[in-house]
Formats: sequence, C-alpha cells, structure tokens
Amino acid sequence: MVAEPHKEGAAAFRINGLTKVYGEGQAAVHALRGVDLAIPAGELVVLLGPSGSGKSTLLNIIGGLDRATDGQVHFQDQELTALSDAQLTRYRRDHVGFVFQFYNLMPSLTAHENVELVTEIARNPMAPDEALALVGLHARTDHFPAQLSGGEQQRVAIARAVAKQPTVLFCDEPTGALDSTTGRAVLKVLKDVNERLGATVLIVTHAAATAAMADRVIHFADGAIREVVVNETKLAPEDIEW
Amino acid sequence: MSPLDRKLLRDLWRIKGQAVAIAAVIGVGVLMLVMMTGLVTSLDETRRAYYERYRLADIFAPVTRAPDRLIAELAAIPGVSAAEGRVTGSALIDLPGLDLPLQARAVSLPDFGAPQLNDVYLSAGRRLDSDRSDEILLLQGFAKAHDLLPGDTLSATMNGARRTFRIVGLAQSPEFLYTTAPGELAPDDSRFGVIWMSRTALAAAYDMDGAFNQALLSVGRSGEQAAVLDAVDRILDPHGGLGAYGLEDHESNRFVSEEISGLRAMSSGVPPIFLGVAAFLLYIVVSRMVQAERGQIGLMKAFGYTNVEVGAHYFKLILAIAAGGALAGCLAGIAAGRALIGVYLEFFKFPFLVFQLDPEAFVIGFGVSVLAASAGGLIVLRGVFALTPATAMRPPTPPDYSRAGRIGRSLNRLLDQPSRMVLRRLTRQPGRMAGAVIGIAAGMALSVGMISILSGFDRTLALTFTVIDRSDVTVTFTEAMSEKTILELQRMPGVIEVEPVRIVPAVLRNGLKTYRGAINGLVTEPRLNRAVDQDVVTIPMRQEGVILATALANILDIAPGEMLTVEVREGRQPVLDIPVIGMAETLLGSPAYMELGALNRALREPNRVSGAYLRVDAAHSESVYRQLKDMPTVAGVSLKADARDAFQKLMDTGAGAMRYIMAAIAAIITFGVVYNTARIAYAERARDLASLRVIGFTKGEVAFVLLGELAAVTLVALPLGALLGYYLSFGIAAGFSSDLYQIPAVFTPESYGAAALAVIAAAVASGWLVKRDIDRADLITALKTRE
Ligand SMILES: Nc1ncnc2c1ncn2[C@@H]1O[C@H](COP(=O)(O)OP(=O)(O)O)[C@@H](O)[C@H]1O
Ligand SMILES: [Mg+2]
Repeated sequence: MVAEPHKEGAAAFRINGLTKVYGEGQAAVHALRGVDLAIPAGELVVLLGPSGSGKSTLLNIIGGLDRATDGQVHFQDQELTALSDAQLTRYRRDHVGFVFQFYNLMPSLTAHENVELVTEIARNPMAPDEALALVGLHARTDHFPAQLSGGEQQRVAIARAVAKQPTVLFCDEPTGALDSTTGRAVLKVLKDVNERLGATVLIVTHAAATAAMADRVIHFADGAIREVVVNETKLAPEDIEW
Repeated sequence: MSPLDRKLLRDLWRIKGQAVAIAAVIGVGVLMLVMMTGLVTSLDETRRAYYERYRLADIFAPVTRAPDRLIAELAAIPGVSAAEGRVTGSALIDLPGLDLPLQARAVSLPDFGAPQLNDVYLSAGRRLDSDRSDEILLLQGFAKAHDLLPGDTLSATMNGARRTFRIVGLAQSPEFLYTTAPGELAPDDSRFGVIWMSRTALAAAYDMDGAFNQALLSVGRSGEQAAVLDAVDRILDPHGGLGAYGLEDHESNRFVSEEISGLRAMSSGVPPIFLGVAAFLLYIVVSRMVQAERGQIGLMKAFGYTNVEVGAHYFKLILAIAAGGALAGCLAGIAAGRALIGVYLEFFKFPFLVFQLDPEAFVIGFGVSVLAASAGGLIVLRGVFALTPATAMRPPTPPDYSRAGRIGRSLNRLLDQPSRMVLRRLTRQPGRMAGAVIGIAAGMALSVGMISILSGFDRTLALTFTVIDRSDVTVTFTEAMSEKTILELQRMPGVIEVEPVRIVPAVLRNGLKTYRGAINGLVTEPRLNRAVDQDVVTIPMRQEGVILATALANILDIAPGEMLTVEVREGRQPVLDIPVIGMAETLLGSPAYMELGALNRALREPNRVSGAYLRVDAAHSESVYRQLKDMPTVAGVSLKADARDAFQKLMDTGAGAMRYIMAAIAAIITFGVVYNTARIAYAERARDLASLRVIGFTKGEVAFVLLGELAAVTLVALPLGALLGYYLSFGIAAGFSSDLYQIPAVFTPESYGAAALAVIAAAVASGWLVKRDIDRADLITALKTRE
C-alpha cells in the first residue's frame, strides 16, 4: 500500500502500526486502528476523510502534540514515539509548523505579535511582516484576533506557521472556514512554502477538490488508510474547483 | 519586548479588576503584619529611648525614713552606677466643683540642677525655682484633664496640711506614663495627679529634712540586679525599708510593658492568621486563574515553548499580582503603622517618637504572598504540563454524566434548564467548588472570629463590673483601720450595704517566679466584690488558704495544693507560706483572695480593714460622697462607673483598639474572597454564558446560571465558615488577651448571624458587580476569540 517516493529524497515520516485509543473500557474510542504510512520529504500531501475518521488525531501524533497508544512514528532518523516530553518540545520548536482547525490565536496578542511568538524561538525565522505579507495581511498586522474575520484569523495562523520556515508544516482544515477566493490564496501560500522552502506539507481536509493540488492523496476512513493516490498531474491552487 | 511579555501586560490589564481584587486580599494581610510589627518595634524603641534620655532608675527602694548619708553607701554597692534619694508622699488635690478629692503623688526634685535619675520632660512653663516653696510642676495629663495651665493655682493636702500652690510648669515623666486611681487597674488621667516640688519644700511638708523616703538606683548591667536588690534591702532595713524592687515591678513600667507585650502577642498571633487566610485565598484564586489559561498553555507548548519558558511566563504574571499586592500592603502598612503610632503615642504619653520598621515583616509578607501564589500556579501548571499539548488545547473533557444518570433524570423534570446547569456545574467540578466553598468559609471565619472578639471585650467588662463587682463605690482608708470604721460607714444615710475588705501589698513567689501584687482579704460570703468560678458562681472564702486568679496561677506556674510564698510589703513585712486552695476566674487583673479573718490572723493584726465596698442609694449618692470626703480616715473613693469608663477607654484606646482595625480588615478580606470567587467563576464561564445569550437565553437567565452557582457556594460555605470561625476565635482571643485583661471568645447566635449576613451582603454586592459585566458583555467578541 505504501507508494514509491514521488520526489527524490528519503521519507520525512515513516509510520508503522500507529494506534490511538481514547478512553477505556466500554467508552473507549479507537481513533486510529493501525496506520502504516510513509511520507516522503518535500511532498505536499493531502489527507482526505470524513469527519471523525481520525485525521486530526494522526496529525497531532506525528506533529508531536499527542502520544500514540501503540505503533511507531519515525521522523527522519528519530523515533518520535520514543521521545521524552522535552525532546518532543525540541522537535516541535525546531521543525514543526502548525495551522490548527480553530486558528488558536492568542487573543491578547496582535496578528504581528502572534507571529512573533513563534519567530522568537525559531532557529531560522523569516520576518513576521514578511510572513504576514505572504498571506496578504500586511495591512492588518496590528489588529487583535477579535478584530479579524475568521478567514483573516486563519491567515494569521498560517503566517505564524510558515514564518519559522518549518521542516514540516501541518494544516488541520486550513480552508474550512474560508470562502473560495481566500481559500485558494491560502492554498497558494501552502504550495509556495512547500516549493520555496522545500518543507513537507500535510494538509487535512474534507474538501475533496483540494486533493488536485497534492503530490500525494491519502484517503482516510474509520481510523485507517483506505487508499494512497500519487497524482501524476497536479493542478495549481488557483485552478482548483471549489 | 518579547511578545510573551506583551501578552503578560495585556493579560494583566484585561484582568485588572480581578488582579486588584486578588492583590487587595493579600495586600491587607501584609498590611496588617507590617503595621502591627512596625507599631510594636516603634513603641518598644520609643520607650527605650525615653527611659534612657530621662534616666529612669532601674531600682526603686521605698523606705520609711533614711538619712541622706546612706545615699553614698547605696552608690558604693558594686554594680550601682548612680544613686539618688528623694522624698515622695501621697497627697489629695481639691479641685473646685468636684465632689470628691483626687489622689496625687508628690515627688521631690533636687533644689539645684536636674536629677541624676528620673528626670522630667517639661512640656510647658518653666522649671522650679528653689527659692519659692509654693511652686510645683504638675503632671501634664492630669493638668490637661482639668484644664489647668502654668500660672494657675492648685490646693492640695499633704501630710494633713492644706496648702495652695502655684503651677509653674507641666511635666511628663517616664515614671508616670500610666497613672491610676489607687486600687484600680485602668489608667485615668483625670483621677490621679503627680506634683513635683523642690526637695527642700517637700521635705518640710513630710518631715523629711536631711532624709529621704525613696532611693533610686541605676545598675550597670542587668545581671547584677538581684545582688544589688539584696544589698539595698540590707542597708535600708534598719530604717524601715519596704523592699527594693526593679523597674520590671514598677507600676507604670509594668503597665506599659504589658500593653506593648499585649500588642506584640497580638502582632505575632493575629496577623499570621489573617495572612494565612489571605495566602490561602491567593492560592485558590491563582490556581483557578491559571487553570483558565490551560488552552493557551497548550498552544505555547505546541509551538515548542519549554515547560520552563511557559512556567516563567505565568510566574511573572503571578508575581506581578502577588508581589504587587504585597508591596502595596507594605506601603499601606507603613502608612497605617505611622498613623496608629501617633494615636498610641498619646495613649502611652511618649513625648517623642522613634519610628522603626521591622524588616522581617516585609520579608515574611513578600515571602508568604509569593509562595502562596506560586504554589497555586505551580500545582496547576504541573497538571497542565502532564497533559499532551493536544489535550491541553482542547477544553477540558466533559465529565461522565452517566453515573449521575437516574437522579439527574428525575431532577430534570423538576428543574428548569438554567437550574440544571447550575446543579451540573456544582456536581461536575467538585474540586473547584470545594475550593470556592473553603475560600469563602475561611473569609467568613475571620469575620466570625473578630465579631466574637468584639463580644469578648463587652463580656470582659460586663463580667468584671456587673457580675464580679456589684458595688457602687470603693472606699480606701489611709491605712489599715479597725473594723469599727465599717460600722461608721453602715450608719451613713444613703449607704445600703457595706462589705469590708483588706488589701495587703505583697510579693507573691513560687520558686523563681514572682508577682508583685496584693492579697485581697474578703468576707466569707462576699456579695459586693466576689471571686467567681468558671460558671460565674461565687467562691466562698475559706480559712485554709489563698485563692488565685487563673491568670496569676499561670504567671506563677502554681496549682491548687501547692504552697505560695507571700512576702508582705506592709507593717512588719512577714513572709508567709500559704497553700493555694482554689482558682478564680477573672478577666481583669490578677488578684489573689483570702478570707479576711485568716489574712488578719496571718498578719497578726486582728480585725483590720483597709477599705470597703459600698452599695449606695442612687438618690442619696451625692450626700454619701460629701460625707466620705469629710472622713479623715478615707484616702480615696472610687466610683465603679468611673472605673468602668476608664476601663472601657483603656480597651478602646490601648492594644484593644486594634480590634476595630482588625475587624475592618476581616471585613475587607471577607468581601474580597467572595468577590474574587464571583469574578473567577465569571472569567471561567464568560464564553459559555455568551453562547447561552446567543442561542436565546435572556440576560436574567444567563445571570442566574452564574449567580445561582455563587449563591449555592455561599450557602454551603456559611455553616463551614461558622465552624472554622469558632476555632479561629480562640486563636484570635489568645492574641488579644494580655496580663492586664483576658478576652474570651464569645459565641452568640448574633455573632454568627452578623458574620453570615456580612458574607451574604458581600455575595449580593459581588453578584451585582458581576451581573453588570454579564449584561455588558460583547457577545461577538466573546464568541469569536478562541485560544
Ligand atoms: N480527546 C478525545 N477524547 C475522546 N475521544 C476523542 C478525543 N479526540 C478525538 N476523539 C474521537 O476520536 C475520533 C477521531 O477524532 P478526530 O481525529 O478529531 O477526527 P477528524 O479530525 O477526522 O474529524 C472521533 O470519534 C472523536 O470523537
Ligand atoms: Mg479534525
């Protein structure tokens, strides 16, 4: 089921038998039921699946935000599932950019400062203004989250994630709350980051159309991978049907 | 500035109301500590400086009549650095317009120059001119109480001769900081005067030419005092020495010391209780505040901030509030301490002030505040750090309702939706609710404690002046008289009842513990002035021994069945060994009681009385006073009403005055707790409440969800607060009790009721303040932002 690497280079992630169970006994929820997957470095991967199928759970675990119940995740040569909390913190700090489904901005910081919060501790960040310009928000950098629309908040969240120039970028439903124009613009930014920085980008979505821009599409259902499709021809984000 | 520091400042600004409320609670706790310790160290230091500057003697040696040449002998005692003889005697001052003559002490000053020991501070007028034998200095407090000024005249009776004097100056002295009418405990400026006269003039009045009747000595090192006392007694004994005693037994110093040590005991006993309660509240409030930041903590962790970095950020926030509160408390404490010292200076009659702060109080205040807040923050942070960032960023998992299922369902039918929400929140987060309940209960406990102390003071007055002492007038004779004098009093028209008493000054000793006091000889079945037991039942006097006040027995560390050594300081000055046969409950002073006949037998002076308690027909009281004034054997008359007033004043201006300040602080803390609880609950639920508004709940219904919770928590806290307050009261009462008086913790339904009302009022006020915010809340903003 694991596809051949489409691009040159080793796998960014190798995932074996990954299992996640929330709760215990009768109330136990099997969010992941043994996932095996390799994600090649530098690819833009789209994870498609219905709500509740375990996409966010998978993203959280390989992003170092959550722990697996069973199985292994390797990032480059490191076994993430064996790292201590402090080592995981290091991993997130040095390599990972996140775009959360619910934006998760700090309400008491402006757009600019929300980006700064991440660039401050990053190894090789771009200037916060540059990141905000990338998402087309250069005019609203001094606004607080409460003064921004949902789409604008999401774009701040993306600027925040890309500003650190991450090795891997995880986006959980980045366009879920956006209209088609903004949505395309956001996808364009993600594509740029993938191409310009060579970052591996993993986008979770339930919007099937997004899949057209991916190097690789993972179809997910009920905590397991159903199918992995490698796109031979990709659409530019601008051309995606919404 | 780093974005985290900017977040810190904005967060502080956003929660400013809450932050100030939290800081205020810990701040008043610190204020009290700083104020009290500053007050005590300053008073202590001022007293020391005053004694030193005016060369107060270390040893006082009364003697019947000793020739002046003995002074050289006294000065030659090893360890003595200065010795001086002087003349002193009792006098009666007759002021126009007063029914009764006032008692006074006349004291000599050297004809030339200042005395070596016991100098006076001249607050008005000039010093004495030794050529003019009618010039006097008058004690300033007494002069002020009677509107006497330099230039006025004063008529006084000394040694039976009445003379008119000219007041040339008003003086204060460390020796007479405290003056009482004889036989009374509470100081009263207006009823006891001190007159200073030149040595020659006073010696003439008391027949002491070339002699002295009081020696003053100063001792180089305090370790030598005991040996010096012995040597002084040996030298003065042949001349009628009445027993030398040290400054610690000097009446005025003892009173001042006891007031200061009362304040010190209070300052080490009570503020820690307040600070402890405030610290506990700080802990609870901070932990809930940090708990509310859980999502943001998870987010920072998701970005790769380490535990140390996140911890440091919240530590700064906590520190800003706790240290800010502590700092404000320190500053306010210094200001309050200074203001209070002004009041106490007047009370203690210190002519100047040495203001000194106790740095320890700052360290403790800051330390406790920061520790309590950090502990509150740390415990929550540890918990959040134990979660994965993914979990921390999610709102806490809704708990399992299935357990509460059946009861829930049947209740559901009875309750409307908002009530169910209140109920669920109470049962769903028992830890958090328990914290709120305990917090409010602790705040209420302080109020219960302080109210019970306020009643305790009233109780002390009532027990002393209406239960123990049922007389109207106390008459003191010039010396021990024959019992026939009592008959004379009984025959007086207007006198309803007379009860004789013999009060004998004595040093009471048990091993190394001594107390300079008196033995009160009472009749077998006293009616007017009694000894009572714990249940306020009269203790009949028995022949076999002496009955001690519990407070006295504690000082002497003696129990019934043991032998008490009584060194009588009157007449032949026998030393008696008398068994202790019982304990009496007193709240005022430390008396020792004996049966009158047995006391007289022990002294081998049968049928003697030194005074009497009188019950007087109110309609004839003035005529009784007039007759008493004309009796040559009567040295003093004191009215119980005056004594009671003096005592009330003592408790309202001395260490006891603190109770009002502390009650105010208790009220502030109680309110602060309730208000903080309401605010925190609102902060935690602001989003939920906004959602309710959005889906169509009215402002009233939404407020009910929050205020219902507050009401429920408050109601549960009331009985717990009453219980905690009950135990706390004993600690506070012990802090307020001194050697001068004991304050019991008094519990009445009213005191609980008042404290409960205070808490309920605080809850209503807090609820109203929070309700205003709920009504004003911007729904869109509240819903839009999500951490
Ligand atoms: N913290 C949690 N506790 C219990 N169950 C959870 C938790 N998080 C997610 N789940 C459950 O795990 C399953 C997968 O959730 P998720 O990964 O969020 O799905 P998706 O992102 O694909 O919509 C769902 O059934 C969800 O209810
Ligand atoms: Mg999801």
